[in-house]
Amino acid sequence: MSNTNNNQYYVPQLAKWPIVGSIGMTLTAVGAATYMNNQLDSPIVMYLGFATLIFMMFGWFGEVIKESESNMYNPQVDASFRMGMVWFIFSEVMFFAGFFGALWYVRNMTVPWLGGEGTGVFTNAELWPGYEGVWPTNGPGNIGGKFELVDPFHLPLINTVLLMTSSITLTIAHHALVDGARKKVIGWLIATVVLGAIFLFFQVEEYIEAYQHLDLTLKSGIYGSTFFMLTGFHGMHVTLGAIMLTVITVRMIRGHFKPESHFGFEAVAWYWHFVDVVWLGLFIFVYII
Amino acid sequence: MNKQKSYSSSSLKKLLWVALGVLVSGSAFAKSSLNMTQGVTEFSKIAYDLHMIVLWICVVIGVLVFGAMIYSMFAHRKSKGVTAAQFSHSTTAEIIWTVIPIVILIIIAFPSTTALIKMEAPTDADGKSITMDMTIKVTGFQWKWKYDYLDEGISFLSTLKSDSNIARQIGSGINPTTVENYLLDVDHPLVIPVDTNIRILLTANDVIHSWWVPEFGWKRDAIPGFVNEAWTNVKKVGTYRGQCAELCGKDHGFMPIVVNVVSKADYANWVKSQKGEQEVAEVKNNTQWSKAELMSKGEEVYNSQCATCHQATGKGMPPAFPALDGSAVVNGPLDEQIKTVVFGRAGTAMTAFGSILSESDIAAAITYTRNAWGNTAKDAAQPKDVKKIKNS
Amino acid sequence: MSHADTHSHDYDHDHKPKGFVKRWLMTTNHKDIGTLYLIFSLAMFIFGGALAMIIRLELFQPGLQFVQPDFFNQLTTMHALIMVFGAVMPAFVGFANWMIPIMIGAPDMALPRMNNWSFWILPFAFTMLASTFLMDGGAPAAGWTLYPPLVLQGGHNLAFAVFAIHMLGISSIMGAINVIATIMNMRAPNMGYLKMPLFVWTWLITAFLLIAVMPVFAGAVTMLLTDHYFGTSFFDAAGGGDPVLFQHIFWFFGHPEVYIMILPSFGIISEIIPTFARKPLFGYVSMVYATAGIAFLSFIVWAHHMFSVGMPLGGELFFMYATFLISIPTGVKVFNWVSTMWKGAMTFETPMLFAIAFIILFTIGGFSGLMLAIAPADFQYHDTYFVVAHFHYVLVTGAVFAIVGGVYYWIPKWTGNMYSERLGKIHFWWSTISVNVLFFPQHFLGLAGMPRRIPDYSTQFAEFNMWSSIGGFAFGLAQIFFCIIVWRTIKGKGTTKATSRVWEGAKGLEWFIPSPAPHHTFQDGAPVNDGHLAHVSSH
Ligand code: HEA
Ligand code: HEA
Ligand code: HEC
Ligand code: CUA
Ligand SMILES: [Cu+2]
Repeated sequence: MSNTNNNQYYVPQLAKWPIVGSIGMTLTAVGAATYMNNQLDSPIVMYLGFATLIFMMFGWFGEVIKESESNMYNPQVDASFRMGMVWFIFSEVMFFAGFFGALWYVRNMTVPWLGGEGTGVFTNAELWPGYEGVWPTNGPGNIGGKFELVDPFHLPLINTVLLMTSSITLTIAHHALVDGARKKVIGWLIATVVLGAIFLFFQVEEYIEAYQHLDLTLKSGIYGSTFFMLTGFHGMHVTLGAIMLTVITVRMIRGHFKPESHFGFEAVAWYWHFVDVVWLGLFIFVYII
Repeated sequence: MNKQKSYSSSSLKKLLWVALGVLVSGSAFAKSSLNMTQGVTEFSKIAYDLHMIVLWICVVIGVLVFGAMIYSMFAHRKSKGVTAAQFSHSTTAEIIWTVIPIVILIIIAFPSTTALIKMEAPTDADGKSITMDMTIKVTGFQWKWKYDYLDEGISFLSTLKSDSNIARQIGSGINPTTVENYLLDVDHPLVIPVDTNIRILLTANDVIHSWWVPEFGWKRDAIPGFVNEAWTNVKKVGTYRGQCAELCGKDHGFMPIVVNVVSKADYANWVKSQKGEQEVAEVKNNTQWSKAELMSKGEEVYNSQCATCHQATGKGMPPAFPALDGSAVVNGPLDEQIKTVVFGRAGTAMTAFGSILSESDIAAAITYTRNAWGNTAKDAAQPKDVKKIKNS
Repeated sequence: MSHADTHSHDYDHDHKPKGFVKRWLMTTNHKDIGTLYLIFSLAMFIFGGALAMIIRLELFQPGLQFVQPDFFNQLTTMHALIMVFGAVMPAFVGFANWMIPIMIGAPDMALPRMNNWSFWILPFAFTMLASTFLMDGGAPAAGWTLYPPLVLQGGHNLAFAVFAIHMLGISSIMGAINVIATIMNMRAPNMGYLKMPLFVWTWLITAFLLIAVMPVFAGAVTMLLTDHYFGTSFFDAAGGGDPVLFQHIFWFFGHPEVYIMILPSFGIISEIIPTFARKPLFGYVSMVYATAGIAFLSFIVWAHHMFSVGMPLGGELFFMYATFLISIPTGVKVFNWVSTMWKGAMTFETPMLFAIAFIILFTIGGFSGLMLAIAPADFQYHDTYFVVAHFHYVLVTGAVFAIVGGVYYWIPKWTGNMYSERLGKIHFWWSTISVNVLFFPQHFLGLAGMPRRIPDYSTQFAEFNMWSSIGGFAFGLAQIFFCIIVWRTIKGKGTTKATSRVWEGAKGLEWFIPSPAPHHTFQDGAPVNDGHLAHVSSH
């Protein structure tokens, strides 16, 4: 049913991609679980799942883009997409909030208690005598052995500058898009992607440094756990954001988006700013204090 | 198998008869209690009183609300030919039924707060923190309790009594009602003096447990890696029973707590006899045992300490609990097995027994496992072998 | 109300896609997706209920007769996970899908393709979760609360359970986003926020709760995963972590989660009561505020599940007081329902019966909740059957009764057939009596000292357990009977055709379209005049 009546809310007739997505998700999950349990020797099923998911995304977004480009969406549909994106980002905020909350709790409650403060007097005296509860720590059991910290004012500082800058370049691109200066948009978008890529490169550098020279690993007690989980999930989000930016750039080059309607662009921009803000939180709470 | 079947079908019938009896007379209720215990400590009385206060408040609110509703259901039904009123709000009413509950809640909040402070930060009449007369450390294990009298240096394990343990197995054919204190009895009860402020420190070795004797009025979690503090002062001599109250794995239902509260004099005697026993145990750790001695002691230790997981048959419950019958470790070098038992396996249910069993008990259990069932290691472990590994 | 007849849109071109795959697997239609959710939920209810029946069978008498202790723990855990995430939550999403677009005059949900995906993740996720029963080491057995370190001892199931939970979370979040976008963006002109039916309001707030807490839960189980498989130390004191940290995160999710399971029930009850009292809902605006108030408070009470972990005194006091406060908005709701009935002209069809039973029995569950909130008394109640009684009163006679009442209320609209009132009434009385035999004695068991999550108990608890089991079997059979009633209604056996209005006192947009509701409704927008609305009296 072609529904090009712009006054009517566009309701697609059939959706073939969701079921593909569910299958992809299940393959990924089952593949990862069996691999982690050593029930399978290789994560091949998981890769298959990933591939299915990527295939699904291309198909699904492709369909949406096609519909969007052929003017099947009226402003109300656009608003639905916007709300969807906003609330999706809110859910991501809560995901990170869980980890930040965990960090807050161990630093301000658990570790001092283990060190004998407050209600922890007997905990320290009976179970962990001699342990001083100061952050950073890998716990009274010295799990993972001695480690050193990443110096916040080298790579992390550079990375902060990179991400901040990328938010600015992206905003410039957005303004240019509203002004209809397409060449300019593409240029600034590429700059943003490049900045994101350099960020990721440095992040990998930092991990290598941590593992090889600082003895700081995922297994370095609670410090290593919080450090790598927070920065790791953030890194995954940057990667995702960078891929989305690349797609947007390609679409730009192909002539998509209009100055007055470019939801896809905005969604990615919101996402990128969100990732940026999370980094600021990380820089302050994980690296500096 | 047959026996079990006949037991359960006959007792099923019996229970159905009981059900009928209850239905007719209501008399069977006499045996089971309907309400929270008043207990034997100041705190348990407070908890009971709070419970009753709120219960009655709720009953009164309930009667009013449900009463109004039921009245309305009879008075305002269409079949009576009423026509529906069309009012839809009343600010006065809304304010009333917001304010009254607030007042009720404030009234409840006062005694609750005092009670909580009493438990968590106890003070005497002058507002000074009360002093504790003795300290007992309670450690939860899968699935037993360990009690350390920190002032006396006494310590022992407390596990489900064997008659209950045998009766509870599927197909045991034993009717639980014939077992005295079914599931609520242990081999070594905790013994404490009456009228004494006792600080209880709680921790666990593997997973979270929770120490609860209803008559004392509280339960508190025993968390691995942390020590929780609680206290009690029991006013009445007697035997009090409780259970672990936090899911801790398959035998969570089978790690009861028994506390013997005795007079201060009896307590002093008990301490003396306990110390005597401890000296005997020390001697045992320093002697050479014959293999026969090790085997018979080992069977006893094995059945009380190891069989919950590895089963009396040595077959275990794979994959969670490996079989020891035929195990490569049990049939391999002696030192390796001693290490496994003394240090346990981190991250699994296999506890580090080095810190909870005596060296002679460990040696005996190991010797038993190496020579029981189809195992053919033929060698024996001596307490000194265990000591060597423990200190390595 | 002749307005229905004068609607100008043509409902006759139904355009149902042909063929099973297209109609159900690839559907974007909110009604079909709603139907899928409801059927799935019923299937899960039977599955979860069957597990509960084994639990009650084992607890029928003291001694172990049928299952090994470890398997018992698997049953308890899976019973709860399936009931909560498989039966109750999807049922509400099913109602949301069916009713919200109709109630607000929208052509469909805002994001129809994503709607399909939200649903079609569920069967996969639950297959994965249920498959753990067949694995080495069995299903998760650490309780639905998944406390470490115990849960980390589980065998292969952990990774599967965690990934299944991730998938459920993704599904719930997408579903919630869809509900929010639909309500905020798709209302017909003139359908102002304060004209929306209360069911829509409660779902709007529920959706917000879902988006706020499901990701936190996902994060918590991710930490379990890395602790088990990748050597992190979140919940291990030796590494500076803390098992109690998990409990905080879990209950930050878990407490709002229980309100996720009750707020839509409040919405359903608020639709049913005015209809059969033939009187506008009393205190509509205060109902909206009360719902929002409950939702807000639900974020700051979580540690009332953890009074026995040894929190500092200040924390215990704070969480106790905060929990008290929830009684106030909840009370407002109860009083408003009673006032709605007051001076109405009531009839007692099956939906109304379930709604009335809901009010009484949910309130009883709420009262025991208030008792649990008193920390010093909770030191006694905690982890006993008193808690089990509490939450089954709010969940079974609360959430499930509201769902069942809602099904009776709207099934004529869904199927076009009137269910058999006689059978419905039998089902009601059978369920209501047996459910009290099932759960009321559990209060006594808890007070007498029976811990929860145990497969066997000492003999003093025998009588009440037997009662509870008998009630359980009877209640279970009643639900089979319910399935039969639903089946007969769908098939039109022994039923009459439903009119579009269905209930004499019914108001709201859904009653102005034919029964069964056509495949597509309001494609050109719905004209809403205030006469359509259930709750806005002329003020
Ligand atoms: C739908 C689900 C639901 C709902 C609505 C509630 C509602 C409430 N719950 Fe419940 N609860 C659960 C589901 C739910 N709960 C579950 C699943 C668990 C166990 C989890 C687990 O451990 O596995 C649990 C456990 C639980 C505990 C922990 C117990 C323990 O483990 O020790 C506590 C403690 O405070 C509690 C309190 C409350 C309170 C105060 C309310 C309040 O919202 C109730 C408010 C309602 C009323 C009070 C009645 C109506 C009001 C009036 C008529 C007004 C006047 C009244 C007064 C002023 C008294 N609940
Ligand atoms: C919405 C949630 C929900 C629902 C609907 C139910 C419904 C039921 N629950 Fe559940 N329950 C929980 C949520 C729920 N429960 C939670 C969260 C826990 C805590 C878990 C934990 O400790 O981790 C729990 C724990 C729990 C326990 C405690 C276990 C323990 O601590 O060891 C018990 C014991 O009686 C129980 C019983 C029942 C029964 C009999 C029903 C009945 O209402 C079910 C009725 C439905 C049916 C029976 C299905 C239909 C019929 C059939 C399948 C045919 C078979 C019928 C016959 C053979 C007669 N539940
Ligand atoms: C609480 C449960 C539990 C108890 C009690 C227990 N074990 Fe174990 N045991 C385990 C588990 C689980 C393992 C497997 C550890 C692993 O996966 O590495 C194990 C492993 C072993 C092994 C190694 C077997 C092999 O083949 O790898 C030996 C030997 C052993 N236990 C001996 C004992 C002895 C002796 C006792 C009593 C003194 C005992 N266990 C009590 C749970 C228990
Ligand atoms: Cu130990 Cu439950
Ligand atoms: Cu709660």
